[in-house]
Amino acid sequence: MSDFTPTEMMTIAAARALSNDDVCFVGIGAPSAACNVARLTHAPDITLIYESGTVGTKPDVLPLSIGDGELCDTALFTVSVPEMFRYWLQGGRITTGFLGGAQIDKFANLNTTVVGPYDHPKVRLPGGGGAPEIASNCGRIFITMALSKRGFVEKLPFITSMGHGEGGNHRERLGMKTKGPTRVITDLCILEPDPETKELTVVSVHPGVTREQIVDNCGWAIKFAEQVIETPAPTELELATLRDINARTKKAHQGDKEAA
Amino acid sequence: MAKIVSLAEAVGDNVRDGDTVAMEGFTHLIPYAAGHEVIRQGRKDLFLVRMTPDILYDQLIGVGAARGMKFSWGGNPGVGSLHRFRDAVENQWPQPLEIEEHSHAAMANAYEAGAANLPFATLRGYIGADLPKVNPNIKSVTCPFTGEVLAAVPAIRPDVTIIHAQRADRKGNVLIEGIVGVQKEAVLAARRSIVTVEEIVDELNPPSPNSLVLPSWAITAVAHVPGGAFPSYAHGYYPRSNAFYIGWDEIARDRDSFTAWIKENVLNAKPEDFAKHAGNKPAKAA
Repeated sequence: MSDFTPTEMMTIAAARALSNDDVCFVGIGAPSAACNVARLTHAPDITLIYESGTVGTKPDVLPLSIGDGELCDTALFTVSVPEMFRYWLQGGRITTGFLGGAQIDKFANLNTTVVGPYDHPKVRLPGGGGAPEIASNCGRIFITMALSKRGFVEKLPFITSMGHGEGGNHRERLGMKTKGPTRVITDLCILEPDPETKELTVVSVHPGVTREQIVDNCGWAIKFAEQVIETPAPTELELATLRDINARTKKAHQGDKEAA
Repeated sequence: MAKIVSLAEAVGDNVRDGDTVAMEGFTHLIPYAAGHEVIRQGRKDLFLVRMTPDILYDQLIGVGAARGMKFSWGGNPGVGSLHRFRDAVENQWPQPLEIEEHSHAAMANAYEAGAANLPFATLRGYIGADLPKVNPNIKSVTCPFTGEVLAAVPAIRPDVTIIHAQRADRKGNVLIEGIVGVQKEAVLAARRSIVTVEEIVDELNPPSPNSLVLPSWAITAVAHVPGGAFPSYAHGYYPRSNAFYIGWDEIARDRDSFTAWIKENVLNAKPEDFAKHAGNKPAKAA
């Protein structure tokens, strides 16, 4: 097995969460890389949907934005943004939403809005975009982000999109019928909500990572499941696929030097 | 019927100080040339509406043209922050910016409600999210049939909507292709509308009976501005300049370098300067 970086392990572990039958609403960045690695390895028939309206897209390079021409050129079809959010997302046609975030708490609620008070923010982040309704309307949610104390926090300053709220049956109490976040894939480990409390719990540790590293990089007192497995290392095919698409992407995005 | 005019005339006639202005285009077909014309004409106190205020609204905010903004995602896609937007919200530079923040689903529904001449939109949205706590324009409505409580947001009714499209015919009928975003809804929701186009042709020849065509009688003004969506893109004409979006981060990070960029590339420039980005006309667009 060749060497791999923690970020490569994260993307590949995230890709493995997806199956051939998924209809997946793809967030930009790390989720987009994972979804396309899945499509190029074990899930060739997965339906990837980006909120710009492209359905069944098969990009050859990863998009920089959710609306790059590559997504439309390779899509089965493209719809308007109101149709995307009303018929396909709210209509309950999407099995899986794949999100990233700036901050997450132990119940997998996400913040991408502000750090500090909303009216006088220390850091103004981009905001929610599609996330609030992706989080409630997709059948289940996967989240991928690197484990860090800044990102995995005890209390969020702002809940942009709800995961399991205050834990337990909070989603049901609010009338939601979807599962919410079922897996969080980081660069060190994989977390899943406890079946009862819904608190995110370590279920799989990536090769070469210690429990101490995980504890030290999480902003809350992170719990480990009774049975913790080791995440299988990336295969040659997975690594080659990821590195190929990253290389193509880098070349494509830096290629148009006519800018500015 | 749409008047086919110069961009300066279209903006001069239709964008007024204090207006609520929507410039739409979901990553694709963003009306940069028209936005720059708004800056050149010195419009003030605008209330800007846009789902994804990216670099164009960073520019309008940075020059002090905006008193407020309604939006759902304010970043440089795939790159990071909008530094002028952040400077306005975090430090009130060059002036305070009132914000009304929604989700994409709510904005899309609100444009659709505007186009449908309804007062508000309803959606199954914002469940468990904090935005309703900070935005008094997110309320709820109870379904009279099932009792389900749903989110409600006011319809978007811009004074003027500005979009960019692939082409128009000589009567001012407009064809839009590719990622069509909320452009149709934004135009139909507005009192006035401006469409800039890559080219004006004798016959529109929509490729399908279901093509997205906005008829001349639903548009106020059409202006021919080849390359007018750069650094975003026009499907079938030229690609998105991802390198420009990446490069903008450094330009906009600093107030002085931003101001110098605006002077050189907006204030001292003309709509015709966008033509160099237009690329080669594809065969099918004859």
